[in-house]
Amino acid sequence: MKRSYLLTIISASVLLVVPLLLAALLSSKGLLSQLDARNLSPSWNHLFGTDWLGRDMLTRTMKGLALSIGVGTAASISSAIIACILGLIAATLGKTADRIITWLIDCFLSVPHLVLLILIAFAAGGGMKGVILALALTHWPSLARLLRAEILAMKVAPYVIISKQLGKSSWWIATRHMLPHLLPQFIVGALLMFPHAILHEAALTFLGMGLSPHQPAIGIILSESMKYISAGMWWLAVFPGLCLFIVVRAFDMLARSLYSIIDPSRARQ
Amino acid sequence: MKLEAIGIGKQLPDKSWLFRSIDLSIRQGEIVGLQGASGSGKSSLCRILAGMDSPTEGEVRINGHLLPKRGYHPVQLVYQHPEHAVNPRWKVGAILNEGWQPDDELLDALHIDRSWFNRWPSELSGGQLQRICIARSLSPHTSYLLADEMTTMLDAITQAQIWKTALQIAERRKMGMLVVSHDRALLHKVCDRVIDFHAWTV
Amino acid sequence: MHLLDIHQLSIAFESYDFRMRKRTMPVIRELSLSVQAGEILAIVGASGSGKSLLAHSILGLLPEHAAISGKLTFDGQPLTDRRMRQLRGNQIALIPQSVQYLNPLMRVGQQVEEAVRIGNPKLERQKVFERFRLPQAAAAMYPYQLSGGMARRVLVCIAAVSGAKLIIADEPTPGLDEQVAQDTLLVFQQMADQGTAILFITHDLTAAAQIADRVAVLHSGELMEIAPASSFTGEGTALVHPYTRALWQALPQNQFIHVKGWQS
Repeated sequence: MKRSYLLTIISASVLLVVPLLLAALLSSKGLLSQLDARNLSPSWNHLFGTDWLGRDMLTRTMKGLALSIGVGTAASISSAIIACILGLIAATLGKTADRIITWLIDCFLSVPHLVLLILIAFAAGGGMKGVILALALTHWPSLARLLRAEILAMKVAPYVIISKQLGKSSWWIATRHMLPHLLPQFIVGALLMFPHAILHEAALTFLGMGLSPHQPAIGIILSESMKYISAGMWWLAVFPGLCLFIVVRAFDMLARSLYSIIDPSRARQ
Repeated sequence: MKLEAIGIGKQLPDKSWLFRSIDLSIRQGEIVGLQGASGSGKSSLCRILAGMDSPTEGEVRINGHLLPKRGYHPVQLVYQHPEHAVNPRWKVGAILNEGWQPDDELLDALHIDRSWFNRWPSELSGGQLQRICIARSLSPHTSYLLADEMTTMLDAITQAQIWKTALQIAERRKMGMLVVSHDRALLHKVCDRVIDFHAWTV
Repeated sequence: MHLLDIHQLSIAFESYDFRMRKRTMPVIRELSLSVQAGEILAIVGASGSGKSLLAHSILGLLPEHAAISGKLTFDGQPLTDRRMRQLRGNQIALIPQSVQYLNPLMRVGQQVEEAVRIGNPKLERQKVFERFRLPQAAAAMYPYQLSGGMARRVLVCIAAVSGAKLIIADEPTPGLDEQVAQDTLLVFQQMADQGTAILFITHDLTAAAQIADRVAVLHSGELMEIAPASSFTGEGTALVHPYTRALWQALPQNQFIHVKGWQS
């Protein structure tokens, strides 16, 4: 069992590194318009074909994916930090703090993600900054709720109470008993945020509320290609869309396999 | 020198009383039994005596002083289910040594095998794990031991062995014990006196 | 003829270690026993002795990675996986360990009525409630409104109305106060008197010796001895196996001594 999980983790990691490597290796020349090579269908020279300005779609897709992964990383990390802080406060600073934060979590979870994303991105003025801010501010609630519940459960766990009886300080208990239990859950929770963040970034950009049109983002590529699908230029949408799907799935599989390996209930099977 | 509960009462969140005005005292070296129906609040009383929970009314005193808030607690509690009382991510050796380093004499008396130390708690039987938990709570600073259905989940042979050791240690150290069990025969065998919890609550 | 016949049953769990080598861990070794109609057979053992697994193997509830060998016969016919599924709940019934097995969102009366196989469900339910001294008003209650003892009796009712020929009771007494525990045991005796075979799985040797006809003692997956309940008396000199004798002598109401080498 463990071996198949490991295999999944390795192959998913490779799938994620490939676009980053290709994005770095492929020269930016592919992004320039080449008027003699417009609207070419996929061939050995242009694996993903070219668009109506003669730009190489492989280069655009890979650079777009790299940008998406970058934006997703920045947003997920900031979101995880927010979740960590709020979860900790809710679980440790008493009833009032808990009530406020739980209410806040419920509020965020009751509004559709995309609506909130658009509002925040719009209010922040769009662009890279707006997208990251919007993603960071909308993805923390479920992780915060998980951390809060785990800490509350740990606080009344018999072995934690016994540790106190044995004369251990709160700091000792937090670092020796609680942290080793929470850290894996936190890492997996943060990893599971990536695919969400990336998809939402693409959606936001697709709708025109995200990154600006001259950045090679997947969302931009997809929204532009919509106009050309009816002209039979299927490759403009299919390859970037497929790549986005693969990256999102790879992240998802990576996180789930990692969870299966470090999940306490399956730890020693 | 005694552990005293003075007018202890515990109120449930719905404002009904689980029990009220309980007076109980355990002298040094005395083994007191407590019997009563399940759900009557025996475990809750134990938690209050061990300072894990605070009573709604009344107070607990040890040698005339209130229970200490921090540091090694002179009143230790052994649970019914040892598998809940240990961190599943710790090896058995680390669990045993969390509060103090039990000496060879105690380990031998409880028939604790040194080869267990490098194993995970899930790899030990309930009886083996319970003996680890008992050794963990028997530091020289333990003046009173509360045994809440300590051997209920174990077979009779292991039960007899654990109690033999526990009673020897209690006698040698002049340690007081509160034994909670539904097994009348066990209580009458190990205790100096047995209290019926029903008599208090009804 | 025996109702249930277990012949040379062995169960092992297969698992893989981190180097992907297969490990088999035997949990029950070559166990043979049989139960007659109207008989109470107690199966006594410590936790981890394999007594619950024995029950699960008869009901076909073992997990998939269990390797099973040996022969089970029920009512003269081999007990195959398919037949277990057919018989479960009507010919063979389980009284589970925990009252959490009741559906929390359904009135208990309805839960009992749904288990009735023969006759008018409502009538049968009323009869069985009367028999096990449950107030008829309890039928309209939800499990959380019942006391532990009442909920336990509802579980017994469900097994009783199924008309099963064999009832497997998995640790039915712990957590009950003495009176209710005694009541439950009495109910088993009544059912056995009416011809039901009962497998009474417990770690309480006293209760087993009190109500069973025969007591099978299990220790780490092996059957030590099947002794008539009447042998569990005095110093246990009628008991054959040293483990059984040690177990009997270790009880608090007996000598309360431990014999080296047998603790777990």
